[in-house]
Formats: sequence, C-alpha cells, structure tokens
Amino acid sequence: MGKITLDIERYDPDKKAQFFQSFQIPWEKRDMTVLEGLFYIQENMDDSLSFRTSCRSAVCGSCAMHINGQHRLACNTLFSVLKTNKVTIRPLAHLPVQKDLCVDMSPFWEKYEKTMPYLMPGSPPPEEERIQSEGQRAEIDVVIDCIQCACCYSSCPVTLTSKDYLGPAALLKIDRFLKDSRDEAKGKRLETADSPFGVWRCHNVYNCQRSCPKKLDPPRSIVNIKRGILGKELRP
Amino acid sequence: MRYHEVIVVGGGLAGLRAAIAVNERNVSVAVLSKVHPLRSHTVAAQGGVNAPLGNHPRGHYDNWEKHAYDTIKGSDFLADQDAVIRMTREAAARILEMEHWGCPFSRTPEGKIAQRPFGGAGFPRTCYVADTTGHALLHTVYEQTVRFQQAAERKEMVLYPEWLITNLAVEGEECRGLVAMEMATGRLETFLAEAVIFATGGAGRLYGNSTNALINTGMGMAVPYWAGIPLKDMEFIQFHPTTLYGKNVLITEGARGEGGFLVNNKGERFLANYADSGKAMEVAPRDIISRNMTKEITEGRGFEGGYLHLDLRHLGREKILARLPGIREICLEFAGIDPIDEPIPVQPGQHYTMGGIDCTTECETRIKGFYAAGEAACVSVHGANRLGGNSLLETLVFGQIAGDRAAEYVQTKTQREQGKKALEETLARTEEKIKKTLNSTGKEHPSKIRDAMQDLMVKDVGIFRNGQGLKEASEGLRDLKERCRDIKINYKGRAWNQALVIALELEGSLDVAEAVVAGALAREESRGSHSRTDFSKRDDQNWLRHTLCFFTPEGPRLEYSEVRPGPFKIAERKY
Ligand SMILES: Cc1cc2nc3c(=O)[nH]c(=O)nc-3n(C[C@H](O)[C@H](O)[C@H](O)COP(=O)(O)OP(=O)(O)OC[C@H]3O[C@@H](n4cnc5c(N)ncnc54)[C@H](O)[C@@H]3O)c2cc1C
Ligand code: FES
Repeated sequence: MGKITLDIERYDPDKKAQFFQSFQIPWEKRDMTVLEGLFYIQENMDDSLSFRTSCRSAVCGSCAMHINGQHRLACNTLFSVLKTNKVTIRPLAHLPVQKDLCVDMSPFWEKYEKTMPYLMPGSPPPEEERIQSEGQRAEIDVVIDCIQCACCYSSCPVTLTSKDYLGPAALLKIDRFLKDSRDEAKGKRLETADSPFGVWRCHNVYNCQRSCPKKLDPPRSIVNIKRGILGKELRP
Repeated sequence: MRYHEVIVVGGGLAGLRAAIAVNERNVSVAVLSKVHPLRSHTVAAQGGVNAPLGNHPRGHYDNWEKHAYDTIKGSDFLADQDAVIRMTREAAARILEMEHWGCPFSRTPEGKIAQRPFGGAGFPRTCYVADTTGHALLHTVYEQTVRFQQAAERKEMVLYPEWLITNLAVEGEECRGLVAMEMATGRLETFLAEAVIFATGGAGRLYGNSTNALINTGMGMAVPYWAGIPLKDMEFIQFHPTTLYGKNVLITEGARGEGGFLVNNKGERFLANYADSGKAMEVAPRDIISRNMTKEITEGRGFEGGYLHLDLRHLGREKILARLPGIREICLEFAGIDPIDEPIPVQPGQHYTMGGIDCTTECETRIKGFYAAGEAACVSVHGANRLGGNSLLETLVFGQIAGDRAAEYVQTKTQREQGKKALEETLARTEEKIKKTLNSTGKEHPSKIRDAMQDLMVKDVGIFRNGQGLKEASEGLRDLKERCRDIKINYKGRAWNQALVIALELEGSLDVAEAVVAGALAREESRGSHSRTDFSKRDDQNWLRHTLCFFTPEGPRLEYSEVRPGPFKIAERKY
C-alpha cells in the first residue's frame, strides 16, 4: 500500500540532544494506526525509540502525542484518517520531555490532585446505595469519560504561559463532582476553581475541546463552573 | 533502599483496593506499577461487575447462594466452593462501597444501581456503568487513593508509577521485599517490606489475538513463580467470543446481553444449531460460544478471513447510543464501521487467565508475607471458566482481603526490617542480568521471539487443543528460549529502554507459557475453557483437581491438589 514517512522529534537524555529523525515505513494495511507505525520502527529500524502505550484501545490514556498538528492518541489514529503519508510526531507539549515521546506527567497529575478529585458526600453512607435518579445520573454522563491523556492540557496555550494554571482536564474533574447529585462539597470545589489559577485564566481558545479524543467538552465545564461561582447554574 | 511496611505491586483494581485496605489499618503502604495506575488493564473492562443486589425487576429473588451456584457451575465445578461463597457473600458490600465512593453506576428508574443480564447467570446481576465499567471503577478507587494520600491522620501511602518489578527477595520461607527498575531512568532500587501483595493482572499477551492490554505479559506471575510459589490451573485460558476482527479489541458481552445476534455467512443465528447453546443462545457462557464460533469458521460458514457477524442493527439507534456508546466508538475508530448501520465483524480472542499465583481464600501463599489478589492470583473462584462480571468482583473482594491479611500480619510481626542482605544480593544479580542483556550482540530484536511465542500459543494452545499440538508447543517454547540467547539490543542507554524491558519480560512470558502448556498437556480431559479434541469428555474421577506448576531450571514440574467441595452438588454443566 505504499510508504509512510514519519518525522519524529526525539530527545536523548544521556546526550541532552534534541533532534528530528525521519523514518520510512511500509503502509501494511488499510487500518494501520500510528501506534503500529511506532512499533514497526522500534522493532525493525531503531530500538532506541521510546513511547508509552498500554491498552491500544483508546481507554487508558497512555499514548497521547502531537500528530500532524494536533494532540491525539496514537492507538486510535489511523494513518488513513490523516489523509497524507507524511506524518510529523512530537511529544505532548508543555510538559518536560524525559526521552523521545515520553514526557514527565507529574505537573499534570499534581493539578489533578489539587482538585480534591473524590466524592465528598455530606453524610455517612446509607446501608444501601445512595439514590440517584436517572436524570441526575444523566447530568454527569458528559463529564465522567475523561481518560487523563493530557491532549487538552498540551493543546491549551494558557498551560504554556501560566505554569500553575489548573488546565482543562483538572477543571473538567471539578465539574464532574459539581454535577454529581451525591457530592456536597460544592463550596470548596468552586473555591478551588475560583483561584488565580482556576477558571478565570481560561482564554476561550477551545483547543481543548477540539483535541479531546473522548469528545468531552472542557469549555462547557469551565462555563458551568464560572456560573456556579457567580451563583447561577448553566441551563442545558 | 526504600522501606514501606507493605508493598503492593499492581495499580489495577485489585492492587489499589488492597492498598486502601492496608492503609485503613494505619499501616504504611507503597503501590508499585509498571504503568501509571490509571493505565492498568482494568480500565478497559466494559460490561460490568456482578453482585446479587436484586435491583432488576427480574432479579428480585436473586441472592448470594444463587450467585455462588452459577459461578461454580460456570467454573465446570473446578472452583473451590468456600472461595466462591466468600466472594458472593461479600459482593454486595464491595459494590455498594464503590457506589459510596462515587462510582457513577448507571441507574434504574428507582435511582438504584442498574443491572443487566450476563452469560451463565440465572438473574440479571451485572452492575454497570454504561459500557465503561472498568474505567469508572478504576478511576473511583484511584480517586480514593488520592484521598487517602491527602489525609494526614494515617501513615503514608506512596505511589511509584512506572516501576517494573524484576525479582522478589525471599529468605528461608519469608518474603523480604523486591527489586524494581524505574523505567524512566533504568535505575534499579531495592524495596524492603514486611509484606508484599502481588496484584499484577493476567497473562493475556502470551497470545497474539488477545483482548488484553499490551502490558499483560505474564511477568507479574513469573516473578513469584521463580521465587518458588507454584502457578495454579494455568491451562485454563478464556477466549472471548466477540473481539473486533483483526484488532481483537473487545466487543463487550453486554452487546449480546442487550440483545445482539451472532450470525454466520448464511445469515443464520447458528448458536441455535448446537445443543449446548441452543437454549441460552447469545447469552450462553463464553467458552461455549467461542467453541461454536470456531466450529462455524472452520466448517466454512464464516466470512472470508475467518470471522462472523455480531448484528446490533435491530436494537435501533437509540438503544445503541444509550447503552453501548463505547462499542459504537470502537467500531468507528478501529474498523470504520457504524454498528447502527452495519454488522460488526468479530472473532474469538484470548481474554482471561483463570489460573495464577496459588493462594488460599485469605490470599496467602506458601511464602510468609507474600500475598496475591486479582487476575494474577488463583484463589480459585473461576475454576475452569470465569463468568463475565465475576473478575472485577474478584479484584475488589480479594484485593480487600489481601490488604487486610497483609496489614494484620505486619501488625503482629515482632522482628522487622529483616533481610537487607538478601535484597542487596538480589539487586546485584539483577544488575548483572541487565548488563548482560544490554550487551548481547546476537541477531534478533526480542520482539520477534515474543511474536513467535504469541503465534505458537494461538495455534497450538488455543480454543481447541490436542496432545500432538501441545507437545509441539512445548518444544517450540524450548526453541524460543534458545533463541533468547541470541538477541540483540542496539540501544545501550538505560532511560526508557523498551527493548530491554521486552527482553526482561519475555523471559517471564516464556516461563509462564511453559506452565500453561505443561498443565494443558497433562490434563487429559475437557473441562470449561480447556477443550482437548483427543479427550473430549470431562473426567471427574481423575481430573477434579487443581494443577500446581512449580518452576525448575529444567522446566515445569507438576503437582495436584484437591478441589474443595461444598454445599453444591457436582453435576453436568448444561445451559
Ligand atoms: C477488554 C476486557 C474487558 C473486560 N471486561 C470485564 C467486565 O466487564 N467484567 C469483569 O468482571 N471483568 C472484565 N474483564 C476482566 C477484568 O478487567 C480483569 O480481570 C481485571 O481488571 C484485572 O484487574 P487486576 O487489578 O487484577 O489487574 P490489572 O488491572 O491488569 O492490573 C495489573 C497491574 O499490575 C501491574 N504490573 C504487572 N506486572 C508488573 C511488574 N512486573 N512490575 C510492576 N507492575 C506490574 C500493572 O502495571 C498494573 O497496574 C475484562 C478484561 C478485558 C481484557
Ligand atoms: S494505548 Fe491506551 S489510550 Fe492509546
């Protein structure tokens, strides 16, 4: 099926060297993914290439990287979708590179942890489940599927310039609990989001929304949080 | 050298639940995992988790005894009945706890946890979160570990993400700790501990056509196996009937539970033509459906290339969007097919490792201070075949038990922080092995040997097996071990050296694969997932017993142990 050229931004921590390297690989089958392309290089051409992966089915969030101008998951990006056989790959932006496509995710996780990312109910648990109506459950449907891949974080221009900005994923996490009928720590959550590094830093660029491989909508969550802070609820 | 009272290896559902149990008793704990916990294989589970809550209109008369019986029957009577009863009695408590911790379960009209029917179960008892149950459960327990880490009132809980465990340090009959490699730097470190819990998941990637994450190499079973703990019932490997053709991404059983049809190239719902699936049809147990699908394909009623159709179209757009959105996404992303308009091409694929690290109902092993839980362990609750929805349950129930027992053990231990020397020695041995591996100047990238192993396992140790094929597999594995002496790694750096990781794990995979083959070759009967074409009947007289496989440098050595009976009578397994 022809060939694909992969230009990969690499980093060698031993030599502290950053460079681009070009690989030509065979396009073996119609549904070949970028991840499969990277494996081809690692196993047949250059075993020093490093990248993260685990589930290879777009649910674990390991394999996010910058592919032809957009942050995406390598495992669910078919070459055919890119509509070109020249592909440029860089590591996730705005996070320190450890080696090649492996970045240090700790700044991202630290922000996740800052949001008190766990249910805070107001009362001790009942004997059975907490009752949540189907309607209440539907409210959180749009905010629970985040896989913490950091595509949104790395696409956001504000995370580049403002080191402490919580970023879209962490703000979505705050909204996930704000929207949960079982959670009773709304005040604390809004306070976290109302900090100098919270929602007001967002510049409404919408890159996060465009890059989310799970089609989530962090800007909507950010608006919802802002309305919460201002004492109003967003109507659907 | 680092020190934690308890070290949990594995950041999946079992490992994290265990760590919480340890820390709840105010014992310090560290979780080591070769990927960030949220990247563990658990996150991919789709369909749901079983508990006899009776929330479904048709589930009113469900209870733990019926759940236990279904599980034991599903296991083809190889499960230990006391272990199963333990699990089903605690099921409701563990699931309600997850709800209390915030798990966003789908709901019934009354606002209770929703339940759906699953194969082999007498009642709809599978609690679910749309079709992303594993994701929701794993994220929920992980959230709780963050809460525990942020709480000041207890001893510490520390996470070490992206550390690969390479060896255990055992002195006499006691576990002293382990040696691990930080993958980002390649640095080795010793971890001293009073107790160690292994929750390292399954070994699906012994096979090429697996639904498992790529990280499920079996190394997590090999480490205790090398240290002298037997692997139990390894010949029982579950194949899932419906994996996306060519990619083996799972199409959840929920898709059939919701009413999907399996169809051959003549447009027939062929399950009707087989005695063992004719009644239950698409919700018959997995082993039965996988075998009947394989027969259809080999007898020429599959589609070109070897697959069948899973048809959801009659469910309608609405139901597919509401109940199976993840499945639709998988089809769109990985195959470019919309199940609303087209049938899904599916084939059976390796799915679950019933066997594992031999342990008791309390998760103890024959090495003091060493515990096992989750898919890596074999308690045994799944026997010869696991029912869908029971393994997430197992991780929660036995994760908690392992954590409790380990913490209790630590609290009663008088001599602490023993075994530093043993750890240093293990470190030196490991360092030497890594240097040797990095310096190898042979011919092949280790992934080529891994690929050959995966092909061999699919071909000879798959859904149907026979003596001849298993003997060939056994020889084949020996040859592959030979080939391992002749690998080549060009990259000599230590940071994120993934060729090195493949080589280290491959050694574990090959040894665990040998245990599977040895057990399968010896077991001259067909039971549950183990189908011998040369011994097609179940043989309770000779084989109602567990296989125990011990590591020796010359190859696996087998022993057997009795299946623990209980209140349920052993019968033919018919649906
Ligand atoms: C696609 C799919 C769908 C499934 N759906 C369902 C379902 O609907 N219901 C159900 O009940 N079950 C389901 N299962 C099965 C279930 O998901 C697993 O059995 C369960 O999640 C295993 O959890 P665990 O905690 O034991 O292991 P895992 O989640 O696999 O975690 C293992 C952990 O061990 C770590 N580890 C392993 N080896 C090492 C090492 N050497 N060094 C360091 N760390 C190591 C890994 O990093 C990981 O953190 C499904 C399985 C698959 C494949
Ligand atoms: S490998 Fe898990 S999301 Fe891509």
